[in-house]
Amino acid sequence: MIAVPIKQPAERPAKHIPGEEGIWVLIFGDMVVFAIFFVTFLVYKAGNPAAYEADQALLNPHLGLLNTLLLLTSSLFMAQAVRLARLGAKEAPAMITATIVLGLGFVVVKAFEWGEKIRAGLTLTHSEFFTYYYMFTGIHLMHVLIGLGVLLWLRSSCKPSEQYPVATFEGCGVFWHLVDLLWVVLFALLYLMK
Amino acid sequence: MTMLIALFKNRLTAIWAFLVLATLISVESVGFGANSQRLATALITLIAFVKVRFIGLEFMELRHAPLWLRLAFEGWTLVVCVALVVLNYVVASNSAP
Repeated sequence: MIAVPIKQPAERPAKHIPGEEGIWVLIFGDMVVFAIFFVTFLVYKAGNPAAYEADQALLNPHLGLLNTLLLLTSSLFMAQAVRLARLGAKEAPAMITATIVLGLGFVVVKAFEWGEKIRAGLTLTHSEFFTYYYMFTGIHLMHVLIGLGVLLWLRSSCKPSEQYPVATFEGCGVFWHLVDLLWVVLFALLYLMK
Repeated sequence: MTMLIALFKNRLTAIWAFLVLATLISVESVGFGANSQRLATALITLIAFVKVRFIGLEFMELRHAPLWLRLAFEGWTLVVCVALVVLNYVVASNSAP
């Protein structure tokens, strides 16, 4: 169960930390780790650009694009959920449900994509590029699954009402947007940058 | 349907539309051709980090956060973007015939 809801203002307070300070330690920790991933990938790519480009051509950019659109749209629903929770609107829980459905869509597309690659013999050990591809997208997928778990918990513990635990909505939202933000860079790095 | 439109008729939806458009532009720019590949990759990198900044400021609501938190986020965005642009330039230089 979520903590007893407190009365919240309809408007966002000025200079407000979204969620709690603690969540930002986790967020920035993840952002630093992924920044190291991005830099490491390009440093090794610089050593053998032709091999990386040949392997990159084996990826399906349409699936990468589809997953980007799924996560961007899920982020929109999440942001709307926070806005509606702040206003005490009854639609806030439904927005969380929509976020979860879109997040699950991402997982399904990723599973399909991995399956397609593995059946074609493009496994973790196929090449340096594919080692990074599975490692980065795997760690990211783990974040998606954690995010979905958190959203399922939030959804199951809140009913349409006029008073929602807004800080909890914000904290869950911030983590979900991190998942989106990291994917935006991963999509560009793995699928688009030549 | 009218209610759904009313729920989404706000700034957040406009930001989402911008993010989708930026994504489509970056996907299209892949096909610029070999001569403009270096420029296309720089453009793709810049678009990705403009999107990151918008997700942070608008969806994560860092636009309304205390300055230290906003600066930490914007600092990460700028540093990683510059690092990736420079490294992509090195990649392109190494792959040049």
